[in-house]
Amino acid sequence: MFGTYLFRELTNRRKQTVIVAIGMALAIALVIIVNAVSAGVKDAQASVLESVYGVGTDITVSQEAEAPAEGEIPQGGPSFEFGSGDGETSDGSTALSQSALTAGRGTTTFNSSALDTALGVDNVSAATATLSLTNTSFSGEIPDFAATGERPTDGSMTPPTGGPDGAGGSQFDINSFTVEGIDTDGAAVGPLTAVTLTDGRTFSGDDAGTNVAILDSSYATSSELAVGDTIEIGGEVFDIVGLVTSSSSDATASNTYIPLDVAQTLSGLDGQVSTVYVQASSSQAIDQVQTDLQEELPDVTVNTQADLASSVSGSLSTASSLVGSLGTWLSVIVLIAALLIAILFTLSGVSRRTREFGTLKAIGWSNGRIVRQVAGETLVQGAIGGVIGVAAGLIGIMVINLIAPRFTASAASTSTGMFGGGPGGSGGFPGGGIPGGTESAAASTEIALQAPVTIEIILIAVGLAILGGLLAGAIGGWRAARLRPAEALRSVA
Amino acid sequence: MYTLSGVTKTYDQARGRITALSTVDLTIPDGQMVAIQGPTGGGKSTLLQLLGALDRPTSGSVTLRDKELSSLGDHALAGIRSTEIGFVFQGFNLIPTLTAQENVEMALDPRGLSKAERSSRAARALASVGLAERGSHRPAELSGGQQQRVAIARAIVTEPSVILADEPTGNLDEQTRDEIMDLLEGLWRDSGLTLIVVTHDSAVAKRAQRRLTIKQGSVTEKA
Repeated sequence: MFGTYLFRELTNRRKQTVIVAIGMALAIALVIIVNAVSAGVKDAQASVLESVYGVGTDITVSQEAEAPAEGEIPQGGPSFEFGSGDGETSDGSTALSQSALTAGRGTTTFNSSALDTALGVDNVSAATATLSLTNTSFSGEIPDFAATGERPTDGSMTPPTGGPDGAGGSQFDINSFTVEGIDTDGAAVGPLTAVTLTDGRTFSGDDAGTNVAILDSSYATSSELAVGDTIEIGGEVFDIVGLVTSSSSDATASNTYIPLDVAQTLSGLDGQVSTVYVQASSSQAIDQVQTDLQEELPDVTVNTQADLASSVSGSLSTASSLVGSLGTWLSVIVLIAALLIAILFTLSGVSRRTREFGTLKAIGWSNGRIVRQVAGETLVQGAIGGVIGVAAGLIGIMVINLIAPRFTASAASTSTGMFGGGPGGSGGFPGGGIPGGTESAAASTEIALQAPVTIEIILIAVGLAILGGLLAGAIGGWRAARLRPAEALRSVA
Repeated sequence: MYTLSGVTKTYDQARGRITALSTVDLTIPDGQMVAIQGPTGGGKSTLLQLLGALDRPTSGSVTLRDKELSSLGDHALAGIRSTEIGFVFQGFNLIPTLTAQENVEMALDPRGLSKAERSSRAARALASVGLAERGSHRPAELSGGQQQRVAIARAIVTEPSVILADEPTGNLDEQTRDEIMDLLEGLWRDSGLTLIVVTHDSAVAKRAQRRLTIKQGSVTEKA
């Protein structure tokens, strides 16, 4: 009789059943969509970070650069010194060129023993170290001052000659590109784990100590370089053996990749690294690994993916904040509203059925039986709402994935830079410097949002609908159970 | 057998305390047909509710076959109502969304019988009140008399020892009233159950073996 009575009551009160179910459906659909979009935004953030930090990286170890004090000119960066006899002179002009390989802007290096320390921590399954550098080339043309001869003694002026314009002028170019020194043994973590080889080959263990380079495809295209060509890095010639591209953004983490030991030697940073990438044995161990690493290496900064997520900027970051705050609160409010509607309708129904419940008690129905009946009715209303809500949520996710809204994102980091000049000899170019300012280090990329559907989200949503129905039923059932049979029958006498 | 000893029932209302029954002492033997009459507000329905274990007296005791109803918990009282007592109400009190057959089966639901057994007994009860062919009809599709027959079938399907009827003919015309009372009287005679009828209708009361009058909370025998 339970099922028959339940079905008859719900179909008899069709309008109420529909309103309660729609309310619950709306709440459930919103919960599913908000959760799916939130997961999609997190996945997008993770892919942005992957393009920089590689696949499988759970923790990064680095040392933060100290920002200069107010009014203080930032130190560091490449400097170029030319002697009076440097360069090639012809036709009244002297051509100068020099390149320097220095620590990347905004990075600070630390001892590579940190890698061994990291590998020694419990629950670390893999770790690798890299050295982030910037190769800066200075080239230009200046007049040949030695060819001008002695100054006239009669006070007359001799017009200047030489230089690229023939009138004593000068011209300079400064180019730079990023260089990442990496382990050639094919580490399971690190920047090169999130790339795809498009031409040539990747590094092998035999490449240690050799002048070979892998280029980012986008950089290679813009610089008109290919596999088989050479590139000058830190004043030395490197053979280009491979081209790689990122699967999740427009560019990989660096323009060029060379063996770590070569990078350390050329930059004069022997035994130094700028980042250690760590993979934990499981997601549950990440917090423990982070804590242990921080204890073992107190002078460095240990970040998890969650910490790094805050470094992702752009409209993706805005979407993340929006979904995280507004989206979550909206779905909580709608869920509470749906629950209140269910409870109010249930209580109203119990009031209207006072005589009915009084009669049932008179013919021998216990309070428990009546509570189960009321709870069953609201549970079914909640379940109907849950099913409709899941369907609506899935359709909503499908629409979002079809539209695939695009967001910009970059794993931005602030940096200070300075181009320094050095004192020259007589006739040399006087030293000086071009002060740099703070700027983003990573290029922004566009990502299409995809909201994933997971069984956990659906189960949680259905669970919420059933829980809501049970709660409304418990409150309504309690109200029905409190009815005294005599009062219930008397109230309609 | 019912035994009421010093039963008093009072209600606290906004206008003050109302005494519905005042120190009632009453014994009703098994198998007796009793009619309870009295003016409106005299305490008839209150007495019926105490006899039916729907309410507890403010003081005194109500005993049914050696079970003191006033001291039992709600669950125990529900059990007694489902096995010992059958109710017939003035307004029929059928569940409008269920058919006649299903309304009768509702009284058997607490017994935990199989669906087949439940259905069979309900069908027999409906047949005994002359509604074998109307089992699939809902209350809205039945006349007043037919609805009351369904209510009687619901009351007897549990084979109770007591039937309590509160103004069973109050909403019916004369002819239907007589039909219903013939039915109730016939059931009483055939099964030996105790039938207690609350009524303001003298024509109904005359059919009873014993007539009681309640006035201002006191019960007296009518000769």
